[in-house]
Amino acid sequence: MKWVRVIAIAFLVTVSTACLLAEFVARAPYEKQFREAPDATPSRQHLLGTDDLGRDRFSRLIYGTRVSLLLAPAAALLSSLLAGLIGGAAGFAGGWIERTVMAATDLFLSLPWLFLLITVRAALPLNVSPMVSVIITFALLGSLGWAAAARVICADARVLCQSDMVVLARASGNGGFRLLWRHILPNLKPVLYAQFWISVPVFILTEANLGMLGLGVAEPLPSWGSLLRDLESFSTFSPEPWRFVPLILLIVMLGCFHLAVQKQEPSL
Amino acid sequence: MLFGGFLGATLVRVSPGFGVDEQELDSRLSHESIASLRQANASDSHLGAFYLHYLRRLLHGDLGTSRTLHQPVRQLLADRFPETLKSVGVGLAVGWALGLALAVATVMSRSWSVDLFSSLIAGVLLCLPAAMMALLFVIARAPGRLVLGLIVFPKVFYYSRNLLERSAALPHVLAARAKGLGSARVFLWHILPASGPQLLALAGVSVSVAFAAAIPVEVLCDLPGIGQLAWKAALGRDMELLVNLTMIITMVTLLANSAGDLLRNPVRAGAA
Repeated sequence: MKWVRVIAIAFLVTVSTACLLAEFVARAPYEKQFREAPDATPSRQHLLGTDDLGRDRFSRLIYGTRVSLLLAPAAALLSSLLAGLIGGAAGFAGGWIERTVMAATDLFLSLPWLFLLITVRAALPLNVSPMVSVIITFALLGSLGWAAAARVICADARVLCQSDMVVLARASGNGGFRLLWRHILPNLKPVLYAQFWISVPVFILTEANLGMLGLGVAEPLPSWGSLLRDLESFSTFSPEPWRFVPLILLIVMLGCFHLAVQKQEPSL
Repeated sequence: MLFGGFLGATLVRVSPGFGVDEQELDSRLSHESIASLRQANASDSHLGAFYLHYLRRLLHGDLGTSRTLHQPVRQLLADRFPETLKSVGVGLAVGWALGLALAVATVMSRSWSVDLFSSLIAGVLLCLPAAMMALLFVIARAPGRLVLGLIVFPKVFYYSRNLLERSAALPHVLAARAKGLGSARVFLWHILPASGPQLLALAGVSVSVAFAAAIPVEVLCDLPGIGQLAWKAALGRDMELLVNLTMIITMVTLLANSAGDLLRNPVRAGAA
């Protein structure tokens, strides 16, 4: 199934490139209102029509995808780094430190993540700018999403600490920070990479959930959450199938992510 | 559980917008009314004092009063918890029935078309946000409770398929097949006992997944459960309600995981 993976990666690269070049690909700025054409059907000027405020849906899709595709990896990087630091240090230290850190991790894991996010996100100020709301949303995702990865990394660090290589390094006089920095952390890189790639689609989905509950990225900046929220006004009496394009793109993108990272994921 | 409640309260308390009440923006309110609103909110502002006060009341069986809904928290929970239990129960039943049935069919048939079909369905559902699925059900006027089943299903399917595939490749299972045992007998006597303990662990995790998904589903499908209550409490920054909800959700998750762990050992011993 190598060719399926290649197609998935090619699709991801194409969409990501198009989104990075949004200024050239999109026909209008995402916030520009075409007041003479609200709720317009697809045309040569507006490929996916316009929303009820007269904004070009295609432009909003391109910019919204860019927001999600840039910031979900940033949040995944933050959570992977936190997991690496917390889990790696706990596994390396062992003893009561490891037990305490793992107890805190278990506590975090016993609370549904979405519940925590909604709780904290809702308590944030309401009058923040769209850009700040994007940063807050994804920073929250990154800073609250480390627990599951920390457990895996802690277990790996513990195994690594008992390996012949580390025992030899200790016997050669390496200890403390040097041992952690030169021998443990570099060997945890594959697990960290895997955790990073697993987290990206999870964060994209979580942002979409938050956005649909009105707690994601603030208007007028689009994100997948706010694009999907547009479907709330969908009516079966006057169906407009082009409004499902963001949903289809989200499914295809996440499907491609899952296919692309399949080899990265650790076994059960 | 108490730590869980405390963690929830701490996260809300340290958030920068805590203590800001939208009611203060109401131009019809006088200075005295705004001052009394601020005074009412000030009682929650010191986290340690709030939590000690809360614990003292908890010992007397008093869970406090919701600031936003103006009702005793105990009453709110008693009204809404059964609704969520019903939704989660239906969701888990549907999710497990579908997931396990397709996983068993995939492993036992050993057909690539069955595998492709079931993986495609589970893959698409895995890529759909829970809130979107709930919205699609609202548009289609389908019962909202089923959404939880479709959220649990792909996780159950992938995990159990991988487990069953691994068990089906064990040497003693291959030997049983080679000796001519029927498919049903091989599955019931050899594959299932080897996968049982891990499947029970997954049962605990799936309860947590269903409870988390209940929040967007209940909000969008307008189901009056504790998921919807949690959303209202979060939007209203209602500390009393949030602490109690955090504790209840922690309790349910811990109970589900502990039950899975407790059942796992006898099953593992039986399989051995």
